[in-house]
Amino acid sequence: MSKNWWKILGAVLVIYTTVAGLLLGVPHLNILNETIRNLYFHVPMWFAMIVLFSISVFYSIKSLSSKSEIDDLRAVESINVGIVFGVLGLVTGAVWAKFTWGQYWSFDPKQNFAAISILLYFAYLVLRNAIDEEQKRAKISAIYNIFAFPMMVVLLFVLPRLQSSLHPGNGGNPGFNSYDLDSRMRAVFYPACLGWIIIGYWIYTIRFRIRSIENKQL
Amino acid sequence: MKKIAFTLLMLLTTLNIFAQENNVEMADAMRSDGKIYVVVAVILIILFGLLFYLFALDRRLKMLEKKSSAKN
Repeated sequence: MSKNWWKILGAVLVIYTTVAGLLLGVPHLNILNETIRNLYFHVPMWFAMIVLFSISVFYSIKSLSSKSEIDDLRAVESINVGIVFGVLGLVTGAVWAKFTWGQYWSFDPKQNFAAISILLYFAYLVLRNAIDEEQKRAKISAIYNIFAFPMMVVLLFVLPRLQSSLHPGNGGNPGFNSYDLDSRMRAVFYPACLGWIIIGYWIYTIRFRIRSIENKQL
Repeated sequence: MKKIAFTLLMLLTTLNIFAQENNVEMADAMRSDGKIYVVVAVILIILFGLLFYLFALDRRLKMLEKKSSAKN
């Protein structure tokens, strides 16, 4: 039980932020209206994805020096879970865009680059499946992952800011910085991010444990 | 007198415009009708169900791990 305290913390945080995110007061802003509450649900998906990809790149570097299969498996499984969160982030963003921008996909820089960064990690999985020899696969995919990670960071945080994007927080659009002043939103947004990161990490540990049992039986 | 009345009229119309600027449409009606709690309840049921399922999976996996380590 004492070892599982963080799982309970994650569950409690996610439940709290869902209730508080729907019921607590939010700033009244034009165009966004009630969809400002998506900050509590859509944005934590991306944070969880980035944390999972960071875990993956950590184990990729580790596996290059340790040459251990366990580190390689940790890197793959955290990418598997990170991709799920990334796809959820893309889909929730598209639904939101339909009602605020008018189209599910308007080829906004933020949308395009987010899609490309997910594709980068799909390519990682394809690359892995293309190599049969285990040690070669571990080494090549670890090196690919080390290059993909900074690319993902640039695609999500640098390139959309160099172009005019409609996404909140870009250019003159109201975004996280202007809500940041609102302490009501901060009290929900930060716990939501932490909660979903913990849930994502938890699913990753479950996937990794299944993978290592499968690995043992082979 | 006419001028003062006109000025007052103009002031009143501009006040109206100021009031409209703050009138961002929010789901206040849904909140006051209490229907938002139905949505919260539905989402909570889904979330509780999924989290409970995750805990159950974790427990099942732990048993499997015990069995697997006993065999090896």
